[in-house]
Amino acid sequence: MSTTSTTGSEETPAGPEEAAAGTGDQELGAAGSQLSTTPTEEPPNLPALGVIGWARWFWRQLTSMRVALLLLLLLSLAAIPGSLIPQTGIDKTRVDDFREQHDVLAPIYDQLGLFNVYSSVWFSAIYILLFVSLIGCIVPRTWQFVGQLRGRPPGAPRRLTRLPAYTTWRTEADPEQVREAALALLKKRRFRAHLAGDAVAAEKGYLREVGNLTFHIALIVMLIAFAWGQLFKYEGNKLIVEGQGFANTLTQYDDFKSGNLFDVADLEPFSFTVKSFTGTYEPAGPNKGTPRTYETELIYSEGAYGEEKTTKVEVNKPLKVGDAKVYLVSHGYAPVVTVRDGEGEVVFKDAVPLLPLDANVTSSGVVKVLDGYRNPEGEKEQLGFNAFFVPTFGGSATGTMLSQFPALDYPVLALSAYHGDLKADAGIPQSVYQMDKTKMKEFKDSEGELFKKLLMPGETMTLPDGAGSVTFEKEIREWAGFQVVQEPGGGWALAGSLFAIGGLACSLFVQRRRVWVRAVEGPDGVTVVEMAGLGRSESAKVPEELGDLAGILYDQAPGAPDADDASADDAAPAASADSPDPQAASAEGAEKP
Amino acid sequence: MTLAAATELATATSLAAANNENLAEISNVLIYSAMAVYTLAFLAYIAEWIFGSRSKVARTAAALTPRAGAAGKAAGKAPAVTVDKAGGTAVLERPKVVVRAGAGTRDVPDGPGAHGGDEQGDLFGRIAVSFTVLAFVIEFGGVLTRALSVQRAPWGNMYEFNITFTTTAVGVYLLLLALKKNVRWLGLFLTTTVLLDLGLAVTVLYTESDQLVPALDSYWMYIHVSTAILCGAVFYVGAVGTILYLFKDSYEGKLARGGKPGAFATSVMERLPASASLDKFAYRVNAAVFPLWTFTIIAGAIWAGDAWGRYWGWDPKETWSFITWVAYAGYLHARATAGWKGRKAAYLALAAFACWLFNYYGVNIFVSGKHSYADVGLGVLASVGF
Ligand code: HEM
Repeated sequence: MSTTSTTGSEETPAGPEEAAAGTGDQELGAAGSQLSTTPTEEPPNLPALGVIGWARWFWRQLTSMRVALLLLLLLSLAAIPGSLIPQTGIDKTRVDDFREQHDVLAPIYDQLGLFNVYSSVWFSAIYILLFVSLIGCIVPRTWQFVGQLRGRPPGAPRRLTRLPAYTTWRTEADPEQVREAALALLKKRRFRAHLAGDAVAAEKGYLREVGNLTFHIALIVMLIAFAWGQLFKYEGNKLIVEGQGFANTLTQYDDFKSGNLFDVADLEPFSFTVKSFTGTYEPAGPNKGTPRTYETELIYSEGAYGEEKTTKVEVNKPLKVGDAKVYLVSHGYAPVVTVRDGEGEVVFKDAVPLLPLDANVTSSGVVKVLDGYRNPEGEKEQLGFNAFFVPTFGGSATGTMLSQFPALDYPVLALSAYHGDLKADAGIPQSVYQMDKTKMKEFKDSEGELFKKLLMPGETMTLPDGAGSVTFEKEIREWAGFQVVQEPGGGWALAGSLFAIGGLACSLFVQRRRVWVRAVEGPDGVTVVEMAGLGRSESAKVPEELGDLAGILYDQAPGAPDADDASADDAAPAASADSPDPQAASAEGAEKP
Repeated sequence: MTLAAATELATATSLAAANNENLAEISNVLIYSAMAVYTLAFLAYIAEWIFGSRSKVARTAAALTPRAGAAGKAAGKAPAVTVDKAGGTAVLERPKVVVRAGAGTRDVPDGPGAHGGDEQGDLFGRIAVSFTVLAFVIEFGGVLTRALSVQRAPWGNMYEFNITFTTTAVGVYLLLLALKKNVRWLGLFLTTTVLLDLGLAVTVLYTESDQLVPALDSYWMYIHVSTAILCGAVFYVGAVGTILYLFKDSYEGKLARGGKPGAFATSVMERLPASASLDKFAYRVNAAVFPLWTFTIIAGAIWAGDAWGRYWGWDPKETWSFITWVAYAGYLHARATAGWKGRKAAYLALAAFACWLFNYYGVNIFVSGKHSYADVGLGVLASVGF
């Protein structure tokens, strides 16, 4: 089957909108004009006039429907690569992996901004052009619409038979009476109606245009709100062990990101302490170990000296303080470890947060003893222990330190011991989860291997040569990771989106349509009533409504049945002459699917 | 807690668990039964098309003038009004509304539907619809028992998503039928894809019933996912309309140019609604659901705001929702833009639906992101740091 010749606009069964609008604009002159504020298309003729001519031409192109459409399509195409290629702003580690694996592609992607699609120059260019086009489109359309509201619906075209919906009958009532009845009826039906010459002209459904303009304006509001939020936002992460606290200042964060215009003074003042963390997990079945609930109990206070309140923070339920929200984003274990020196003096006792490595919370980290330790020779030294922790040990049979379940069913801590210089004083910020071993020496066991041991809660391992001991206390605390986010403009974005939906619904569901009722005295002295309807789209509702109105009006100006035996249709001479192919439909309208 | 109470509690829990397993079993049986009944419906729709092909309409359609069908259909329907008139009561007809097709539109009447006016065909069509209703009820039961067995909404994984989606799509179709819309011609295409989709669900995508991970458990999720499924079902119905429009339009174009389409094409095409009607149908369906799709994305953004601390982050799922949205907006624009109406707009509508499909299948399967809950469930938590 051939498709080529049907793509042209002449032959295409045009969509309903333009079919009616086409009828309106070409055949009906003023009657069908301004039934919407959609810009008319002009062919892209190149201008001959210098710079201003070009500028004007460019502007007209940019604000045309065709270019708006192309920009929309371009925007959707441009959004695709960012969903397939890892993005720095979303998952930096995946970007780094990608860079390692593709040393040819990665630099090219870098050049093209493909690791940062949504802030790249070309992506920004498209949406900025689109929004300039949008503003350039909305402003004139709004003025045009205000003009239409101030004016009156255009008078009836000469030949009503040409309109998409038409009906006529003869009546013994006065033309004037009929017109008055029609005016009253249309006004009652909330049409804007007025008498123009021998006919009543009426229009309804302005909400469509209001909705459309609202929708497009709301889009601009949303974009600005989003951009505003990106510029002023910040987000920071903080890991907190049960019993410990946090105050919202820059220095307290483990890591912190902010928008370009963020100012430290914008930090919402508040503080909180983590009272407890509770996690529950699927105990059995195929999804054994899947988390079921996570919640933390916090004691927080707003402002510098606010009163203390207790609250719960769960995965989907952040704590809101002013503009800031505190999300629970991660958790892990912090076994309490005591380190004693050779004399038995406690030199370290603390909960040591360890980072989870897998879904069953196999964790790793480092215990660092920085101060207060002296070795058996009496010299100041630092101690370091590499720590592996499993909340549920698989039993010594498995031989591995891989956790079998995320809850504390059979906790085991594995430590390997080092001494020397942790280089913590070098002034370079150091990860608390890693040990710089360059100046550390291993403790050796009797076979000369690295000294290490598995400990159960309450167990102590004694370091070789009277160097001291390490106790894995029976207390194992949990820690919770929090993300604090403050992104202004959210309220505006939400309001914009609600207006967008409302406007869209009006724009799509409301029909803008016109109705004309002409009543004149025919040659034989009998009044001929003609009614016609025109909608912006060729909807079944227009003939339906017209039939409805005609029915009511007909009851007020009943038909004159006889005359020269003419049926209602033939009474209007124009009807048969001008529309060779009318599809007759009932007063209920031509219901199509 | 006393020991007795503890034992009681333990028994109650295990009873509940067994109960849930039973429900999941029942759900599976219902889904398979629904597939069987959909197959019967599918066969009955085929019979409708086959019997319809021997009808007069289908055989002589090419020779039929457009006028006859439409005028004939409308004539008898005008309501009669009784008017009290000088002495006697005369029965008068209310004025009839004459509908004129827009400029540039082919004046082609709608086809009579798959049965083509053939009585036996029509009978099979009715049987097919009855089967569809039955299958819908059974499948709905399957979805419901599944939901009860996991004690949450039935869309925690791709399997559940698929059974809910097909139920909804069939529901949309039956609703249109119930509203007396002329859409029975959709039946065959719909049952075909529903069967394929369900086949995929029970073979490849099947997942044991289970509860949700914490990050997925929010009432915004219920709103967001349920409207997303509904939108998908309606977009799908719109896409079927669009595809048929494209076929019917080239068929009509060929006729208008004096071409002679093949016997099979004639037989099928003459029974479908006019291309203008199909186009209008597709437009209405798409336009009607577009605001809901907009709402779906916004609900998703609100959910993301609560779950992940940002309402928009260009996650692949979010990105493809956005792409789908912009594509449908492009389609709506195309219909208001000279030179883009008709077929070009229809291609755009199909592209937009392809985006939706990719968002549904492609992103869940091929692209990893925060939304990749479809497979393991831990994905979401892993990505937020758990
Ligand atoms: C940000 C990008 C835009 C989006 C998402 C968008 C979306 C939409 C949607 C969904 C509609 C459908 C409503 C309807 O059919 O009545 C619509 C209609 C319309 N849009 Fe846009 N639009 C955008 C930009 C523009 C621009 C730049 C222009 C100006 C050239 C424009 C002019 C129009 C007009 C005139 C209509 C009404 C068409 C009609 O009445 O059928 N839009 N827009």
